[in-house]
Amino acid sequence: MPPDQPPTPESSPRRDPEEVRRHEAYWRRNLRYLGFLLAVWFVVSYGFGILLAEPLNRFTLPGTGFPLGFWWAQQGSIYVFVLLIFVYVVLMNRLDRAFDVDEGAGPKTTGKREAGW
Amino acid sequence: MNVQSWTFLLVAASFALYIGIAVWSRAGSTKDFYVAGTGVSPLANGMATAADWMSAASFISMAGLISFMGYDGSVYLMGWTGGYVLLALLLAPYLRKFGAYTVPDFVGDRYYSQTARIVAVVCAIFVSFTYVAGQMRGVGIVFSRFLEVPVDVGVYIGMAIVFFYAVLGGMKGITYTQVAQYCVLIFAYMVPAIFLSLMITGNPIPQLGLGGVDQASGMALLERLNGLHAELGFAPYTDGSKSTLDVFFITAALMVGTAGLPHVIIRFYTVPRVRDARTSVGWALLFIAILYTTAPAVAVFARANLLTSVSETPYAEVPAWFTNWENTGLLSFDDRDGDGLIDFVGPGAAAENELTVDQDIMVLANPEISGLPDWVVGLVAAGGLAAALSTAAGLLLVVSSAVSHDLLKRAIKPDISERGELRAARIAAGVAVVVAGYLGINPPGFVAQVVAFAFGLAASSFFPVIILGIFDRRTTREGAIAGMITGITFTAAYIVFFKFVSPELNSAEHWWLGISPEGIGTVGMAINFVVTFILSRLTPEPPDEVQRLVDRVRIPRGAGEAHEISA
Repeated sequence: MPPDQPPTPESSPRRDPEEVRRHEAYWRRNLRYLGFLLAVWFVVSYGFGILLAEPLNRFTLPGTGFPLGFWWAQQGSIYVFVLLIFVYVVLMNRLDRAFDVDEGAGPKTTGKREAGW
Repeated sequence: MNVQSWTFLLVAASFALYIGIAVWSRAGSTKDFYVAGTGVSPLANGMATAADWMSAASFISMAGLISFMGYDGSVYLMGWTGGYVLLALLLAPYLRKFGAYTVPDFVGDRYYSQTARIVAVVCAIFVSFTYVAGQMRGVGIVFSRFLEVPVDVGVYIGMAIVFFYAVLGGMKGITYTQVAQYCVLIFAYMVPAIFLSLMITGNPIPQLGLGGVDQASGMALLERLNGLHAELGFAPYTDGSKSTLDVFFITAALMVGTAGLPHVIIRFYTVPRVRDARTSVGWALLFIAILYTTAPAVAVFARANLLTSVSETPYAEVPAWFTNWENTGLLSFDDRDGDGLIDFVGPGAAAENELTVDQDIMVLANPEISGLPDWVVGLVAAGGLAAALSTAAGLLLVVSSAVSHDLLKRAIKPDISERGELRAARIAAGVAVVVAGYLGINPPGFVAQVVAFAFGLAASSFFPVIILGIFDRRTTREGAIAGMITGITFTAAYIVFFKFVSPELNSAEHWWLGISPEGIGTVGMAINFVVTFILSRLTPEPPDEVQRLVDRVRIPRGAGEAHEISA
């Protein structure tokens, strides 16, 4: 829809079956990554930070004065969230290349980039 | 220089900076106006997203709120950050590949239906306007408190600034102004936090100071605070008083709502590639996390300060800041037992509580309470304004693009020229600024309450249909429309019932399964998922070209290229 773009070859109706299979394998692997990362996301926040917060509060985070459940709820889970996204970025960039669906230099080299950022 | 001159100087300097950036980054095309020409680097977009996301509420109110809620405040901390994981993993890369300008664009094209598009437009405008009214009010309040002008005048000044860079620069102007606003607001937040942490725990890093040792007593700070709480009859700070189930549901509603808010989603259309969209969410959350992990520390420092410096103090001997803030009405003391001492106690104490403290004071008065230099006070004012203005601008852009692009270009007048659409977008942004300003000056009584529910509404309307649109090829237009409508209707009805129809019933024993109106968006979202999923299996499957569109969205290669489908 952006009017200044060339038509994409990808949108031609017939696709080669080998490519379709490759794309499906790529998607399944992506779903596996998602399942794993979201499980971690759930455990650190809803698990440690909420459901298990009370029993965990009997312990303190070693070397600090944090009750453990409280730490997960107000600090730890947020650190893990940031980490999860960057792990996902690395995994997916690798996966994109392995299945040859990455964007290469892509639009980055075309057109003028905003100065200085 | 006194506090007043410092505040004027810092606020004026930051405004000059925003206007300078707006002039430098004018929008030349609709693509510039809606998505900044998709030329924003992931890092800059991450910063802009962080500023867009963190509103006056995050900057001014959140630490104070946590300070009074203790562990229960975790719902905001986890809820407003955890949504970014969902955004990165489930939404941002695919929406970027789809390559639209707005959220209704995706809904309309994926569900091959003008009805779906219009439903999405209405949801987007409703959510954004409730939210933006609160921001304009925030601008007015910061002005009135720090510069001693009336709230209305503050709102006019804020409107003029936002008008200038949103109407002129569109998304492009907004993005680069937001980068500057992030820098201002994070600096303004961290400086007092670091000072406080050093004073109380001797550790310059607030996140570590929070778990550190209180220098005055030699005990762990949190243990000491729990001790003070017990003495004064408050519940322990690190334990919750909400039910676990309710904490669970509120957190989920806030997380999913975050991932479903149109002004957040739209930001990830502005980067060049799919991989940039992924990285960009990571940067955004990192920048947000800096403030969000500091806030609970500020909450504890402020709480400990307040309890030790005020409680049991003779009223005649209170420090100067106490009197200053008493004058603003945010702090009030009523000597009920007539002994001249300030009794600041919880519900479990024998004495009666005599001190009323507004939560906003915890951030606004911190520099004075800890005796920081005058320029820090001015800095906090500039930071609060940066937070409110950046969020307001992002929301106004959603409203303007919903009107000019989704309604005018995609529904009413498809043959409108590029220049005509750009002019329409500017006019819509201008009108939206005026409406937002009006709402800021004459806030309808329900705005403050509704802002918190914007999350529930976003969670129960957009999130499920976008996720299913990407992850389930079989989802049909009938399923999606019915899902959005049942989800948002159920959630809105539950909230309206407990907040407006029968507010006297709004307590845990009357709630359905003990779920508060704040958490009901999670149930609405589940209903939306189930309805959409089942109905999609009962209706004819989506046309081939839509199914091919879904396949294309899943593969990164080819982002930024056209996706033309005619449904």
